[in-house]
Amino acid sequence: MIKGDSKLSEYRLEMHDVVKTFPGVKALDHAQLNLRPGTVHALMGENGAGKSTLMKCMFGIYHMDEGEVIYEGERVQIKGPMDALNRGIAMVHQELQPIPERSIGENIYVGRYPTKKLGPVTVIDHDKMYEDAARVLEEVHLNFDARARLGSLSVSQMQLVEIAKAVSADCKVLILDEPTSSLTAAEVEALFTIINELRERGVSIVYISHKMDEILRISDEVTIMRDGQYIGTWSAKELTTDFIITKMVGRELSELYPKRENTPGEVVFEVEDFTSINPRSFRHVSFQLKKGEILGVAGLVGAQRTELMEGLFGLRAHTEGKITYRGAELRISQPRDAINNSIAMLTEDRRATGILGVLSVADNVSIASLDQYLIGGVMLDDGKIEQLVQDNVGKLSIKTPSSKTQIQSLSGGNQQKVLISRWLANNPDVFIMDEPTRGIDVGAKYEIYCIIAEMAKQGKSIIMISSEMSELIGMSDRIMVMCDGRVTGFVDGSEANQENIMALATQFE
Amino acid sequence: MQKSFDIKKFLSNNAIIILIMILAVLTGIFTENFFTINNFKNLVLNVSPRFIIACGVSGCLITKGTDLSAGRAVGLAACLSAMMLQSIDYSARMLPWMPDMPWPLALVIVMVIMGCFGAVNGVVVSILKVPPFIATLGMQTIIYGLCSLITNNQPMGGYKQSYLKIANGSIGPIPFLMIFAVIIGAYFWFLYNKTRHGKYMYAIGGNENAAQVAGVNVTASLIRIYILAGCMYALAGFLVGAKAGGASTATGMGYELEAIAACTIGGVSANGGVGKVGGILIGVLVFEILKICLQFLGVDPAYTYIAQGLVIVIAVALDLRKYLQKK
Repeated sequence: MIKGDSKLSEYRLEMHDVVKTFPGVKALDHAQLNLRPGTVHALMGENGAGKSTLMKCMFGIYHMDEGEVIYEGERVQIKGPMDALNRGIAMVHQELQPIPERSIGENIYVGRYPTKKLGPVTVIDHDKMYEDAARVLEEVHLNFDARARLGSLSVSQMQLVEIAKAVSADCKVLILDEPTSSLTAAEVEALFTIINELRERGVSIVYISHKMDEILRISDEVTIMRDGQYIGTWSAKELTTDFIITKMVGRELSELYPKRENTPGEVVFEVEDFTSINPRSFRHVSFQLKKGEILGVAGLVGAQRTELMEGLFGLRAHTEGKITYRGAELRISQPRDAINNSIAMLTEDRRATGILGVLSVADNVSIASLDQYLIGGVMLDDGKIEQLVQDNVGKLSIKTPSSKTQIQSLSGGNQQKVLISRWLANNPDVFIMDEPTRGIDVGAKYEIYCIIAEMAKQGKSIIMISSEMSELIGMSDRIMVMCDGRVTGFVDGSEANQENIMALATQFE
Repeated sequence: MQKSFDIKKFLSNNAIIILIMILAVLTGIFTENFFTINNFKNLVLNVSPRFIIACGVSGCLITKGTDLSAGRAVGLAACLSAMMLQSIDYSARMLPWMPDMPWPLALVIVMVIMGCFGAVNGVVVSILKVPPFIATLGMQTIIYGLCSLITNNQPMGGYKQSYLKIANGSIGPIPFLMIFAVIIGAYFWFLYNKTRHGKYMYAIGGNENAAQVAGVNVTASLIRIYILAGCMYALAGFLVGAKAGGASTATGMGYELEAIAACTIGGVSANGGVGKVGGILIGVLVFEILKICLQFLGVDPAYTYIAQGLVIVIAVALDLRKYLQKK
């Protein structure tokens, strides 16, 4: 290969043999990606397959250990995000970094404000900035005032502003890392319109998403990665969902969900007319939960499912409503009240409200049940705690070097299992699980499903919020659907399908 | 390969401790009387009250807070002790009506009073959600003002013998001060490692929101931590007063920074959730050794302050670096 060859390549950007090692992990192992101009290129793989890492190498956030990037026929070294932007490579990150207290315009132009001379001093040209921002917003069909505070928008609207920001850089390559994770169906359509326009303009778009239907609809080509390695690139037309999953997982998945052997019994837990103190949140929610039942909870982003569950668990306040457990009314004003009444809750955001990152696996398992391991009412029995940890490590097959290992060094699936152990230690009757398999790879997901099925078989009642339709349909005995803070209906697990759930989930007032 | 990597990590994680130890050895070589029993005893007497203060402030640091009122609280505790324990026949007693009081009673009273100040700190931090830095900075000034008010800015002395003996006395070769420190160290070790309170404290420091979800009563835990801190300042102030044989509004000034620095050097992380009692002891020892070395080398006190300040900033920078690397 001749360096600096001026022959025009069919690709706008090529990444060859990229290797990136983090302490203890080979995140990228000779990964590659070839982007054609004017196409949408989906990048797929399980969590931890190296998609985001590869994109961060392209965008200059990480520096690769080995490998090369060829951009518009030339070998380049991207020194950092600013360098990438100047070359026409823009990225919308999975985790947004908005500055909510500043205006939309400032958020779009932060770090590269238009300037003007005021005598000898260079100052920010606010008029030009807001004019440009308004033009960019119009280009992506967003009807916001560029001078409005960013914080006045919803999370999904902020995400669209982030996309506007990338577009404003006049990019040739646009990386979208899970852009639809917080968008409603209508907003996804708006995003796809923008993507189509950009494609027609000749922009190469890298599209990272877990949502198969989206991928198959919007993309031209699909590259699949596994364990940091390049598996292959296919034209989207010739792909099926099953084929993609098989390639991503690396083995045939005959069954995605375990066989359930639970039999729902009598009603143990009942919620009536439960209403938030926030008028825009959950209101007049009533439902029943049977012994040994898995109740799925479906809804779009903003349906207030998480808020409802946090309300039931005492993390959010409610104005009216009655919770009955085995015939007795419960008063729950803080998590301790719920825990003492045999309720457990696995929260949605594992990092923010689940794990105690710098603490050991043992501490993380035992923290909610320490009252059970006291000697003389004061001293903790380390032997009993170690026994508890070992039992759970065995039972849930948690992979950890030792019980003293910091939980943050475990994989997402193992962290989740540690958190499930934490609650099982209290032997709860009602287990609320909010997105129990989010951010977990396919293999570990199956294990979590098995744990859920086993708990239900033992007679525990499970409430499972999920945004994955197939997971809800595959695991639930019954599905409660919410829309805009209200329960809009229930669907029996055996009759549930995408259509009848979506019909209820979009029943806006 | 693996081994040399570990040595490097060990060196960078303990850089300050190692540097100060080297300084101590050099000081011992180049000055006389450094490695003597007398100097060692002096070190123990200085370390003991500072270790107690550092134990108190460590709970605040582990829960991602801080307590800048520590030093002034020590000062107020020393002054309150002085008022209660001046010799009955001393002519210039601050409170002539004060009856002769046994020192344990005085100590308990001071601990209760300082515990109340701690409770206020805890409530302001946990219920009113004022950032600990601001809350305790305010408390620092309030305590100083109160201290000036009750003492009329007069230094106090003329303590009764039983009080002075706490600082001077010893059981065999072991000074009373050290016994206090050992008891407190053992108590904190037990509290941090063997009780629910300790586990909850680390949990709050590790992730306050997650701790709350797990059923930890965050508010009550934080208030308890700040009350306990207040009680430790009381004990330390009581001992510092006895050791100095007098107290004034200047007593304890700057102790909070020494205590925070010692904790940080000893591995209590400014990021929360991490810190051991043994580490705190090492931190206090190392920081005190630094001061004695500079004193022996005849360094101008002005430079000593500069050196101490640098050590604090570098210790925190090194600590944070450990966590930045992991990202």
